[in-house]
Amino acid sequence: MLNKIYDWIDERLDVTPIWRDIADHEVPEHVNPAHHFSAFVYCFGGLTFFVVVIQILSGMFLTMYYVPDIENAWESVRYLQTEVAHGQIVRGMHHWGASVVIVMIFLHTLRVFFQGAYKKPRELNWVVGVLLFFVILGLGFTGYLLPWDNKAFFATQVGLEIAESVPFIGTEIKTLLAGDPTIVGAQTLTRFFAIHVFFLPAVLFGLLAAHFIMIRRQGISGPL
Amino acid sequence: MQKGKGMKFVGDSRIKVGPKQTIPKDYSEYPGRTEPFWPNFLLKEWLVGAVFLIGFLCLVAAHPSPLEIKADPNTSGYIPLPDWYFLFLYELLKYEFAAAEYVVIGTIGIPGLAFGALLLAPFLDSKPGRRPTQRPIAVILMLLAVVSVFWLTYESASAVNWEERAEYSVSNMTEVEVDKDHAGYEVYANNCMSCHGDSLQGVPGMAPDLVDLPYDAAAIKDIAQNGIGEMPADMFTGSEEELNQLADFILTASGGEAAEGEGESSGSEDSSEGEDSAE
Repeated sequence: MLNKIYDWIDERLDVTPIWRDIADHEVPEHVNPAHHFSAFVYCFGGLTFFVVVIQILSGMFLTMYYVPDIENAWESVRYLQTEVAHGQIVRGMHHWGASVVIVMIFLHTLRVFFQGAYKKPRELNWVVGVLLFFVILGLGFTGYLLPWDNKAFFATQVGLEIAESVPFIGTEIKTLLAGDPTIVGAQTLTRFFAIHVFFLPAVLFGLLAAHFIMIRRQGISGPL
Repeated sequence: MQKGKGMKFVGDSRIKVGPKQTIPKDYSEYPGRTEPFWPNFLLKEWLVGAVFLIGFLCLVAAHPSPLEIKADPNTSGYIPLPDWYFLFLYELLKYEFAAAEYVVIGTIGIPGLAFGALLLAPFLDSKPGRRPTQRPIAVILMLLAVVSVFWLTYESASAVNWEERAEYSVSNMTEVEVDKDHAGYEVYANNCMSCHGDSLQGVPGMAPDLVDLPYDAAAIKDIAQNGIGEMPADMFTGSEEELNQLADFILTASGGEAAEGEGESSGSEDSSEGEDSAE
């Protein structure tokens, strides 16, 4: 039955090459920890992706309760954490995942750097990877404000002052992020929410797709 | 060419082979034991992921994510602290050459240079040799950067008074149901609330909470008028009747009587010491 459905779709769309491309490639010995334990350093990239997936899923569940408004944001986080079944676990995963993803992407970057794996022909994939690093830092920065507690508020104030110190366009950047050149308030929270939940994830998905397509086209760099 | 499930693939056959090949020798040309990604390797990957997930969930279960008191722009003396992975950038701004009129160097200059170099690393370090020994400058610069990041993070984190910060945490917040119809509530609101909070919870860095006080009514009246520890005298201004109402309000709301205060947490002992010093 399933086979017939598959054949019906495949006959029309020729989907086989799509999944064969992902499934049907050889994994070389030098990246396989089963052969050389030191090859565990090749796990960092995959684990970064794994934590990103955790972040996406836990974040989706968090938005079911979170209210991006200065009156209710903190109350909704508190409610989620104390009243909602498993709310503490879901928020905990999102909170700690934000730290773990930074650790993993840092290790992944160092692995690629010290192995010189970014050299020709993989320059573009490195650039996309560093952009991913920036996007994830941006997600960390914008997500920090959302619980609207004291540390979030004051850290964001400092962050916005740093943005303001940019020569020539500082005030414009700050206004774009905070919604006002001086006030950190209701608009700041909604803007950070929009950036954290819509803008940056969209960029993240695009860059991730590019990152993975490139690694499939070029393969993993050879052993040193 | 045949289409569909019967299509034959050899290794990375979707990467075209030709004379204009810019891609280096495929790793399948190195002698070794390769294995198919699907399903052999993915099963092992899945195991690594499962072990990782268990560790991660242990972390989540052991440490509930922190939440501080609701944002209050008027909190005086609050020292801003970013998440730990921004601490190194934050610490940079404390150096003289990157602060005050040179702050642009600390906010944009040095981080921009470092992250810009990271972004463009393949073009700055463009020789073909991949081994660290073949590109000493790039490797040394990266090591220096990593050491600086660790050092700055350590410097920043070690200067933080974590115990003081914990006072702002919701989990350390003492909550009391306040009876707003009580005669003493208005007296409390006029005289005490600005320092001790709207529900006796205290204000971190300013005044302690008034929950489970080890005092009786007479002592509370005395403290309200004459102060205690860091609390100055004459914070209460009003009639004797209002003073009685206030003491009664605080005692009923906080639920603590002098007799119950015995043998309680260290917090009450601290308060008694404060009483001694005030006398």
